[in-house]
Amino acid sequence: MTRKPQKTKPTKVKMSKKALLEIKALHVTVDGKEILKGMDLVLNRGEVHAIMGPNGSGKSTLAYAMAGRGGYEVTKGRILYGGRNLLRMEPEERAAEGLFLAFQYPVEIPGVANTTFLKEAFNAIRKHRGEGELDAMQFLKLVRQKTKELGISDDMLRRPVNVGFSGGEKKRNEVLQMAVLNPDLAVLDETDSGLDIDALKVVAEGVNALRSPERAMLVITHYQRLLDYIVPDRVHVLAGGRIARSGGKELARELEEKGYAEFAEAAA
Amino acid sequence: MAGNSIAVRPFVEQFAALKAGLPGTGVPWLGDLREAAIERFGDLGVPTPRLEAWKYTRLRPLEKTAYRAVGEADAAADAGRLPSVLGAAAGHRLVFVNGRLRPDLSTPGALPDGARIESLRDALASDPGALEAQLGRIGVLDGQPMLALNTAMMDDGYVLRVGPGVALPAPVEIVFLGGTADEPVACHTRNLILLDEGSRATVVEHHLGAGKGAYFANGATEISVAGAAHLTHHKVQAEGSGALHLATVHAEVGADATYEGFCFATGARLSRYEVGVRLVGSGANCSLTGAYMMRGDQHCDNTTVVEHTVPDTSCREVFKGVLDGKARGVFQGRIVVREDAQRTDGNQTCKTLLLSDRAEIDAKPELEIYADDVKCSHGATVGAIDEDALFYLRSRGIPEAAARGLLVRSFLAETLHDVKPEPLAEALEEMIAAWLSQAANGEQHE
Amino acid sequence: MAVTAETAKTVNKLAEQKYKYGFVTDIEADTAPKGLSEDIVRFISNKKEEPEWLLDWRLEAYRHWLTMAEPKWAKVRFPEIDYDDAYYYSAPKAADGPKSLDEVDPELLRTYQKLGIPLLEQERLAGVAVDAVFDSVSVATTFKKKLEEVGVIFCPISEAVREHPELVRKYMGSVVPYSDNKHATLNSAVFTDGSFVYIPPGVRCPMELSTYFRINAENTGQFERTLIIADEGAYVSYLEGCTAPMRDENQLHAAVVELVALDGAEIKYSTVQNWYPGDAEGRGGIYNFVTKRGLCRGRDSKISWTQVETGSAITWKYPSCILEGDGSVGEFYSIAITNNRQQADTGTKMIHIGKNTRSRIISKGISAGRAEQTYRGLVKVLPTAKGARNHTQCDSLLIGDECGAHTVPYIENKNMHSVVEHEATTSKISEDQLFYCRQRGIPAEDAVALVVNGFCREVLQQLPMEFAVEAQKLVGISLEGSVG
Repeated sequence: MTRKPQKTKPTKVKMSKKALLEIKALHVTVDGKEILKGMDLVLNRGEVHAIMGPNGSGKSTLAYAMAGRGGYEVTKGRILYGGRNLLRMEPEERAAEGLFLAFQYPVEIPGVANTTFLKEAFNAIRKHRGEGELDAMQFLKLVRQKTKELGISDDMLRRPVNVGFSGGEKKRNEVLQMAVLNPDLAVLDETDSGLDIDALKVVAEGVNALRSPERAMLVITHYQRLLDYIVPDRVHVLAGGRIARSGGKELARELEEKGYAEFAEAAA
Repeated sequence: MAGNSIAVRPFVEQFAALKAGLPGTGVPWLGDLREAAIERFGDLGVPTPRLEAWKYTRLRPLEKTAYRAVGEADAAADAGRLPSVLGAAAGHRLVFVNGRLRPDLSTPGALPDGARIESLRDALASDPGALEAQLGRIGVLDGQPMLALNTAMMDDGYVLRVGPGVALPAPVEIVFLGGTADEPVACHTRNLILLDEGSRATVVEHHLGAGKGAYFANGATEISVAGAAHLTHHKVQAEGSGALHLATVHAEVGADATYEGFCFATGARLSRYEVGVRLVGSGANCSLTGAYMMRGDQHCDNTTVVEHTVPDTSCREVFKGVLDGKARGVFQGRIVVREDAQRTDGNQTCKTLLLSDRAEIDAKPELEIYADDVKCSHGATVGAIDEDALFYLRSRGIPEAAARGLLVRSFLAETLHDVKPEPLAEALEEMIAAWLSQAANGEQHE
Repeated sequence: MAVTAETAKTVNKLAEQKYKYGFVTDIEADTAPKGLSEDIVRFISNKKEEPEWLLDWRLEAYRHWLTMAEPKWAKVRFPEIDYDDAYYYSAPKAADGPKSLDEVDPELLRTYQKLGIPLLEQERLAGVAVDAVFDSVSVATTFKKKLEEVGVIFCPISEAVREHPELVRKYMGSVVPYSDNKHATLNSAVFTDGSFVYIPPGVRCPMELSTYFRINAENTGQFERTLIIADEGAYVSYLEGCTAPMRDENQLHAAVVELVALDGAEIKYSTVQNWYPGDAEGRGGIYNFVTKRGLCRGRDSKISWTQVETGSAITWKYPSCILEGDGSVGEFYSIAITNNRQQADTGTKMIHIGKNTRSRIISKGISAGRAEQTYRGLVKVLPTAKGARNHTQCDSLLIGDECGAHTVPYIENKNMHSVVEHEATTSKISEDQLFYCRQRGIPAEDAVALVVNGFCREVLQQLPMEFAVEAQKLVGISLEGSVG
């Protein structure tokens, strides 16, 4: 199923101006079909970029390829993360190095309490970084603090991971995990899908609270709606497996008005 | 051998005496097939509960009753007025009396080009070579003594062949009438349904019996549903109250093809409907549905084995039984998922409603799984009529007997709602109503 | 109130040391010859200074055993057992044991460490001769005293035969008759050891009783026999821990456990079985052929079996409940994990006889490697069991495509005023779940253990606290190497 993760030395986080994420001419194939066809992107710490695009343009493929999901084969190009080759790392290693993916469809894990899951993840990451693990009490204190900040009820901690959660609860749970795991790069895959406007606001507030000069975010969305609440520094349009256009936050609004029609040709 | 070797003898002797007169005599491959089968039957013996597959069903009638083979006179018996479960909807109708085709009672009609229906005797007489590849080849004799006996003794039956891409516009109705002889007879009917690529057919078998006397209907059906073909195979079992009814169905289903089997049973003293389906082409699909209503000292056994041998196949099974009096129901359902059969989707449900203190159900839903990427489940429930529901209906003014009837019908509804054609569904509703009215007339305790 | 785990361990060590020395000196002089015969049965009985009735019972069992066929219906495969190629009464192998941990298989030590077993404990489990530390005699005394104060009898079964013959005679064989099945019959003829528990009327046993507390945690006899009786209104929780791997050749372990619960009594019996499963190629390992059965004799009595089965090359085991008393309750909670070449055919029988009897079955089976696992369970409702209810949930999880997982429930219902419900599912461990865990930083093997523990949660919850923690760790260890 998977190779044994290769142990890599914990890396010191460099606070240089160097890009946190560099995607160069990335080609990704899924089930023998090429989805990404030479995509480029540069993302610095402190920045929030949005990736927009029509359905099937490869937005989720990008997210999964970055996180290292099986079946997403990078055939050409590369992804540098903190100057290192991200593609060489196992999924858990990428997570431990500070890459967090907020899933479009968070997965249910029956019988495993949310706290148990988070603690397992949190300590695995700390171990990877050569930091001491927190015991149950210390960890619970940390999580409680985060739930309080995010206005999430403690009840959610006791319930099994995502099981029986509403759409909104699932997305808030993703934000809670992000807050606890404290990543350097957060990729939010269609975090707005399946949310009504109130739920969307709550989730966006949570995300905004996590914006910081040390952290970069990549917000993947089909609709401009989310970007009213999480205002990006840059907007990229992904169409036909490439970045078809980039611009400031006003590009999102333009897309909202005109739709993706003009990019359909690019895709074809 | 865990089987009963004593009960074997009369049949082996019958075979020796009759084999020269069995249809297809002189055809070498068929003679070999019969000889091998009777030997296998002798080796296996008549099944007993010591065999895991027969744990709950004991073939007592075969230990106690001497059945003679059917003869010309039995086949010519007066059939009286025969009911139809299809009425005018039946496009093609064959009638078998004591296991032999009765052309005088049959209305085969005209099938589309490329499709053909005839009796086994006729098929073997005209072109036996055309059946060599299938007859006795789809059915697997391993652990199947009663199928082996049928193979050795097969006497008549129907053969339906539908060519590539041909769809039968109207259903085929086959009527089997038994129990008209004065003494116990055994008939071993053998049917063959061969659907070529992309063809479609609906077959409705109606088994019924005259009188209360003992007889033994040992039927077997071999079915091949080739790629993208679709067979709907209904069976209504309303044999006479002295009947021993065994039906073995073996089907092979090809890629993207569908086999839909349905059996509704109220008849026979002892019956066993044993279906084995092998899903051999990717995308093959099968659904098996059963409904039975038994009372008195009836014994009704439904045994299914669905074998998933290739990736991406699915099966759905629903069996529902209503048991009154001292009746005994048996459900054994096995889903086998072989090593390569990844992405199998299998689901099996068995529900039983007990209406009497002395009724009994034995259920054994089994999953046997050797592939990891599968989704298989089964469920079994047993219970009585829901007293709360009964009270609710009565409080709305519905008399108790009618309320019970309603609840029984609602229990069976899931098995009936996909039954087509419409006239068959209506006929079944009537049979259920008749069964219930007998119960309401105080016959529920025998 | 319960004693702490630390106390328990100390007591255990203490008790064990005493027992071991007594045992070894006693027997080394006269080890019985290989093979099985009436003489061997007499020899065992004589050694144990048993009364005539017990010898007769053993002999009856032995004679019956000779006529019996091996049960063949289980879905397990193994070569024919040569019963004459075994010792039925022999000295423990203490003398051959390693002298220090340096001589112990490092693989074994690694497992101990993962289980969090303290060093001293590790030495004991590996069979290293350790100088006993008798620094807490008072603890043992307190423990014994506490049980005596409330009238609980907890002792080796051979001692019970001497000290409480009327109880043993009344109940032994009353739940599992000597003629039950070939393995149980063999046990009846040659059993050498086991526990006896009696809880007097109205007494709630003040602590969880465990084989941990008692004698022979190491070199447990192949043929243990345990008898637990909870008198009217009594309660006891009994823990059977084969909690750490034991190294051995293919060895038959044919134990018998009988439980009797009288009116209003409750017995909770928990097992964590981690016998040596054989190596990855299926060489060696224990044949665990165990007959466990509880009789809910009294009204409103309750017997609850919880088992975590991760060890043994072959497991053949169906802890059952005979629900005779009206309103009695039977429960069976099971986790079975098979990996590599292990085979397990396990489940339960719930026999509903009394009115309004209830049973609940939750079985979680996990199969990995090239293992074969079968859940086999019978729910039988007799005509007398008006108002009986059963609910069964069987879930199987497959890891890898070379293993098998089978579900064979038998439902036999002869009572219309009863409800029997059975549900079963088989699925694989989901790639989505594993990826989700790994994206959060959890390494692949830990992710498998996490997901599987979640899958087993309903059963783990039934275990006493210390057992549950250990069982969770075992889940991870048992599945090592199943991914990657």
